[in-house]
Amino acid sequence: MDVLAVREAFPILHQEVNGHPLVYLDSSATSQTPKSVIDKIDDYYKRYNSNVHRGVHTLGAVATDEYEGAREKVRSFINASNTKEIVFNRGTTTGINTVAQSYGMDNVAPGDEIVITEMEHHSNLIPWQQLAKRKNATLKYIPMQEDGTLSMSDVRDTISDRTKIVAVSHVSNVLGTINPVKEIAAAAHEKGAVIVVDGAQSAPHIKIDVQDLDCDFYAFSAHKMCGPTGIGVLYGKKDLLDNMEPVEFGGEMIDFVSLYDSTWKELPWKFEGGTPIIAGAIGLGAAIDYLESVGMEEIEKHEEELISYALQKMDDMDGVTVYGPRERAGLVTFNVDGVHPHDLATVLDTEGIAVRAGHHCAQPLMKWLGVNATARASFYLYNTTDEIDRFVEGLQKTKEYFGDVI
Amino acid sequence: MSFNNLDTLYRQVIMDHYKNPRNKGSIEGEHMAIDMNNPTCGDRIQLQLQLEDGVVNEAKFDGEGCSISLSSASMMTEAVKGKTVEEALEMSKLFSAMMQGEDVDPEQFALEDIEALQGVSQFPARIKCATLSWKAMEQGVEESEEA
Repeated sequence: MDVLAVREAFPILHQEVNGHPLVYLDSSATSQTPKSVIDKIDDYYKRYNSNVHRGVHTLGAVATDEYEGAREKVRSFINASNTKEIVFNRGTTTGINTVAQSYGMDNVAPGDEIVITEMEHHSNLIPWQQLAKRKNATLKYIPMQEDGTLSMSDVRDTISDRTKIVAVSHVSNVLGTINPVKEIAAAAHEKGAVIVVDGAQSAPHIKIDVQDLDCDFYAFSAHKMCGPTGIGVLYGKKDLLDNMEPVEFGGEMIDFVSLYDSTWKELPWKFEGGTPIIAGAIGLGAAIDYLESVGMEEIEKHEEELISYALQKMDDMDGVTVYGPRERAGLVTFNVDGVHPHDLATVLDTEGIAVRAGHHCAQPLMKWLGVNATARASFYLYNTTDEIDRFVEGLQKTKEYFGDVI
Repeated sequence: MSFNNLDTLYRQVIMDHYKNPRNKGSIEGEHMAIDMNNPTCGDRIQLQLQLEDGVVNEAKFDGEGCSISLSSASMMTEAVKGKTVEEALEMSKLFSAMMQGEDVDPEQFALEDIEALQGVSQFPARIKCATLSWKAMEQGVEESEEA
């Protein structure tokens, strides 16, 4: 992969921030957008902006073709067997909430169990916590090993005959842990439970095959994979989605409506009430085209190189604590002794380096780590080892700066 | 490479309050406690106030946070101690105005150290850190007035 050619595709990267060339290390929060995606959205608004699935007119037909074309691109990207299994929505949070409110409300009874892990992002924790409360069900946590990974024996010990839903992140947004989703899916199925996978941090970085993983639901967001904000995908196995009730009612999702009853459109549209996120979906389609033109395997390999380079550099520094396992996705969460992560992020920002600081929407995990906040640098296909050098230099300077003033 | 920009944010006096916080701990005897956190970043402060006849007799705090939020809490408790509730609220208003970048007369703060936080107004992402303890104080005073 030619990273300099990749960088050329991203207009935003070629700017100075606070007097320094931008080093963007916050792609786990939101990735940057290549020009082809920006152009595709621009083209939609300039040439064929109109509502889908109802226009007799030409623009409506073009918009519908592009919108449904994007669905096919998503299907192929995650190797789903059918486009009916691809529901467009607002993002990972919406996808997980849809499963909780629809499948969960109809299939979880008092005394049943919902199993998750302590490393979950709030968006794959609170929906289940609230469902458990409403249904008088039990929320159980698969414990984490000391290095922030899951052991399959703990997974099997936690899932029981009463377990109806297992929800787990594919990749932790804090630890970078890559969970054995395929094995967890098999363990869940053995006990008759379904598995819901939070794919927000995996779909952008790893080649996903939902059939091979055999997950029942898989949710992800476009804005973390070079696409626009406000659009995401819920994949669900057709048999399951077919038997689920919609969560949002209104236009676009109905078949027949009478005064006292209504019927729904077929999949996937019954889950897409209201005018859909047309430009967003088309933009996501362009993002998938872009990622595939580079190659997901190439991207994964590049990120592996970046993370091992960063970990090695950070190992050599005194007073830097890195959290999570060695084998991990392309992000590193850490703390520097004596410097609060907010202060660290501010200092790096004055050097043009963007990192995240805070609890990363994972407060229970912060508690598990025994800290209130951490800093995180996350990498994507457009980052370089030179940028990691600047980041490490920035850390060194931060230490010196705080050492001086204190 | 210079850290001049940073020096407007991290003044010596701020670092002093961060490393040697005043009024850290808890109040013996009757007091009210206010917990406040900044949900976007995880900073949290527990403020304790002892109010009597409309005067802040004692103020202490505990918490977790960055240099800005903790030094601001240290300064705030110093500033409001011994002041009337009205004076404390007035200072809080003034502090918010200073954070918004408005020209305020630092003489009006009971503690001159507070002026050092003026630079925070140039770092929008950090303003909430600086105002956290002041907001907690406001909430405590309001609760006591309702009671």
